[in-house]
Amino acid sequence: MATAFSPTKLTATVPLHGSQENRLLLPIRLASPSSFLGSTRSLTINSSRRLNHAANAARRSPIVGVQEIVKEKKATNSLLITKEEGLELYEDMILGRSFEDMCAQMYYRGKMFGFVHLYNGQEAVSTGFIKLLTKTDSVVSTYRDHVHALSKGVSARAVMSELFGKVTGCCRGQGGSMHMFSKEHNMLGGFAFIGEGIPVATGAAFTSKYKREVLKQNCEDVTVAFFGDGTCNNGQFYECLNMAALYKLPIIFVVENNLWAIGMSHLRSTSDPEIWKKGPAFGMPGVHVDGMDVLKVRQVAKEAVTRARRGEGPTLVECETYRFRGHSLADPDELRDAAEKAKYAARDPITALKKYLVENKLANEGELKSIEKKIDELVEEAVEFADASPQPGRSQLLENVFADPKGFGIGPDGRYRCEDPKFTEGTAQV
Amino acid sequence: MSAILQGAGAGAATALSPFNSIDSNNLVAPSRSSLSVRSKRYNVSGSDGTKSFGSGLITRRSEPLIPNAVATKTDNAASSTSSTSGHELLLFEALQEGLEEEMDRDPHVCVMGEDVGHYGGSYKVTKGLADKFGDLRVLDTPICENAFTGMGIGAAMTGLRPVIEGMNMGFLLLAFNQISNNCGMLHYTSGGQFTIPVVIRGPGGVGRQLGAEHSQRLESYFQSIPGIQMVACSTPYNAKGLMKAAIRSENPVILFEHVLLYNLKESIPDEEYICNLEEAEMVRPGEHITILTYSRMRYHVMQAAKTLVNKGYDPEVIDIRSLKPFDLHTIGNSVKKTHRVLIVEECMRTGGIGASLTAAINENFHDYLDAPVMCLSSQDVPTPYAGTLEEWTVVQPAQIVTAVEHLCQ
Repeated sequence: MATAFSPTKLTATVPLHGSQENRLLLPIRLASPSSFLGSTRSLTINSSRRLNHAANAARRSPIVGVQEIVKEKKATNSLLITKEEGLELYEDMILGRSFEDMCAQMYYRGKMFGFVHLYNGQEAVSTGFIKLLTKTDSVVSTYRDHVHALSKGVSARAVMSELFGKVTGCCRGQGGSMHMFSKEHNMLGGFAFIGEGIPVATGAAFTSKYKREVLKQNCEDVTVAFFGDGTCNNGQFYECLNMAALYKLPIIFVVENNLWAIGMSHLRSTSDPEIWKKGPAFGMPGVHVDGMDVLKVRQVAKEAVTRARRGEGPTLVECETYRFRGHSLADPDELRDAAEKAKYAARDPITALKKYLVENKLANEGELKSIEKKIDELVEEAVEFADASPQPGRSQLLENVFADPKGFGIGPDGRYRCEDPKFTEGTAQV
Repeated sequence: MSAILQGAGAGAATALSPFNSIDSNNLVAPSRSSLSVRSKRYNVSGSDGTKSFGSGLITRRSEPLIPNAVATKTDNAASSTSSTSGHELLLFEALQEGLEEEMDRDPHVCVMGEDVGHYGGSYKVTKGLADKFGDLRVLDTPICENAFTGMGIGAAMTGLRPVIEGMNMGFLLLAFNQISNNCGMLHYTSGGQFTIPVVIRGPGGVGRQLGAEHSQRLESYFQSIPGIQMVACSTPYNAKGLMKAAIRSENPVILFEHVLLYNLKESIPDEEYICNLEEAEMVRPGEHITILTYSRMRYHVMQAAKTLVNKGYDPEVIDIRSLKPFDLHTIGNSVKKTHRVLIVEECMRTGGIGASLTAAINENFHDYLDAPVMCLSSQDVPTPYAGTLEEWTVVQPAQIVTAVEHLCQ
C-alpha cells in the first residue's frame, strides 16, 4: 500500500483500490480540450499561456477517472447498477431537483428569506455519494446543503419547514437554509463559511478512527465532506488534506467543481485548475470524475468509501459539475456565458440517468413517471406541512444557547439564572 | 472591627509575603491556611449538590448559594484540618494532574494541539500523557490552528471530549472562526442536536517581554461569542478544579492560563475535587472596598492589599474566575457590603472584561454603590517588548493602592 503512494506512481495512475488486480483507475484523456473546466469566456480572456495550460497542457496530463472503466463494463454487457439501485438514484435526484425548484417558488412567494443556494444541476454528486452511505456514516456540507440533507435521509418536510423558519424544521427554525443538521442521520451540518466544514468533517473521521483504535469499538463509519472549487483555494482544505492523510482518516473529500465561485471563474482563481491533483501531493489518491454522470460518480464513490472503511485512508474526488441556477436566489446570474450554460444544460444528470435506465431496460417511462409523480406529491406535501407548522415561540429563544444552561451563570439572588422563569419564557435579558 | 481587621491583616501578610518578587519563578502561592476560603468548598468545591439541571457536572447547587466569600472568616478551623493531607505541586502540574485524572476516568477525553504529545506541551502541561495514553489520545497536530480546532469540534460533535491546546493562546486567533461559528454557535444552529463539549486552553496573558503577538489579552475577543463559557485559573488548586470541571461540562469552555503563573506552588488536596465553573472565589474578605480581579492580576492586587492593610484599609478581594458568565451573586454580596468597587484586569480597556463587569455591576447593583465603579485595565496598546514599556502597559500594585485610596476617600 505504501508503495502505491509513491510519487512516481501517483503521477502516472493512482490506484484508488488497495489491491493490485482490481486497479480501477486508468489514465484517460478527455475527448475534447474544451469539454470541461471552465467557461469558454474565461478561456478567451486568458493569456495563451494560461489557456494552453488549462485547456491543453493540463488536459494532456493523465487524468484519473472512470470513463474507460465505464465503457469496458458496458462492453462486457454487465450493467453498472441493478434496477432497484437505478430507481433509488433516480428518485433521489428527482427529489433534489423538485425540492430545489419548489424552494425557488417559495422564495419568490415570500415564504423563505435570506440566502438560499440551490443545487440544481449537481444532483449526481450528492446522490452518487450519499446513497452509498449507511445511516451512521457522516456527511458534512456547505451552504448549498438542502439536497445533501435530503439524500442523507432527512425528510423533505423537516428541510422545508426549516427553510420556512418553523419549529418543525430539522433545526427548529434556528439554523435556516445554510445550517441543516440532523443528528439522527449524522448530517453534521451545512456550514455557511467557505472551508469551515472540512475540519469538522476531519474531526468526525477522527472519531471513527478513535472509536476503532482507542475505544476498540467495531466502527466502520466514514465521513464525506462536500465543498466547492472555490474552497480549494482556502487553507483549511490543505490543512485537512494533510491531517487526513497523516492520520489515515476514513474520509472522502468531494469537490463539487461547478466552475464558478459566485462570479469568480475557477480558471481565474486557481493556479492549477485540476484540483484532483492535490490529492497525490498529500499522499492520497486524487480522482477526477464527470460530476454530471451519477453512475460514474457512484463508481468512484464506491471505491473511495470502501477504501476508507478498510482503514486505507482518505481520497480526494473532484467532480466536475455545473449549477443550473445562480449562486443563490439573490444572484441574477448575468455573468456566466449563455453558451456555457446551454452546454451543461444539455448534459443534465437526471436526463442522462433516465436515458441509461431506459436504454438498458432497467426501467420504463411509466415507472419513472410514477416516481416523478410521487416526488411531486411529496414535495407539495412538505410545503403544506411547513406552511401549516407553527412559528417558534418566544420560549424557544434562549434554549440551545448552552447545552448546559448553567452557562448563563449565577444571578444576584444566588440562583442559576436559567432557573428564572424568564429564561423558560425567553424574555430574560442575556 | 479592629480585631477582624487585625486578623485579616495578619492573614494577608502571611499570604502576601512570597509575592514581593513578581518573578514568576519565585511566585509561590499562599499556604492553604491563608486561602481558607477554598477549603470550605473542596470536594464539593463551592457547592452543595443540586436538584435541577442534570448535566454531567458534579458541582451543583441545591439551595440559593451560600456565599463562600462571606462565610469564610469563621471557616479557618476547617481549612487547617484539611491542609494536613495534600500534596504540593506547581500550577502546570496541577493542570496536568486534572487532565490525567479526567483521561483516566473517561476514555472519550483526548488532547490535541501542537507539541502536546512527544514534546509534552510548550509549558509541559501534557507531559507524560502521550506515553501513558498513546499518540491518538494525545494527538500531536501539524501547525494548523484553524483545522485542528475544527477537527476537535467535529470530534466533539461525534462523541469525543477533546481538550484543544493553543500552544500560545494567541495562536488561536487563527482559529477564531472555528471557535466563534462552530464552537459557540453550532449547538444553537443545529437546534440543540449537537453538543460541543470541548475545552480550549493554553498559555496566555502578558508574559515577560514576549512581544505583542505572544502577549495577547484574548478574553476580550472571545467574550462576545454566544454559547461559550470562559474561566481563568490563578492557583494550582483552582487550575486543577477548573480543568476538570471544564472537561466535564457539556458546554464549550475556554480555560485561560497565564504564562507567568505556571510555576506557582501550592499544596492541594489528595482527594478528588472539582471547582464550579460559574463561581467566583473569595480571596480575601474585607469591609471597605471590593476589588474584583482574575488571573495574574490577583497577585498584583494581593501585593497592593498588603500595603493597603498597613495603611488601615480592609479590602475584599475576589477572583472572579468565571469571565463569562459573571458570578453576580458573590460579586453582588460584596458590593452590598462594601459599596465600592475596583476592577483590576490585565485585559484591554476597550471592550474588555472590566468594561463588561462595570456594566453588569451598574445594571444590577447601582443602588448599593457609594462611588462610581472604577476599572484599572491594561493600556490599549500592542504589548510592547521593552521591559519598562511593558510594565507601564499592565496595571501595577502602586496604581491599585492609589485607586483604592481615591475610591475610599
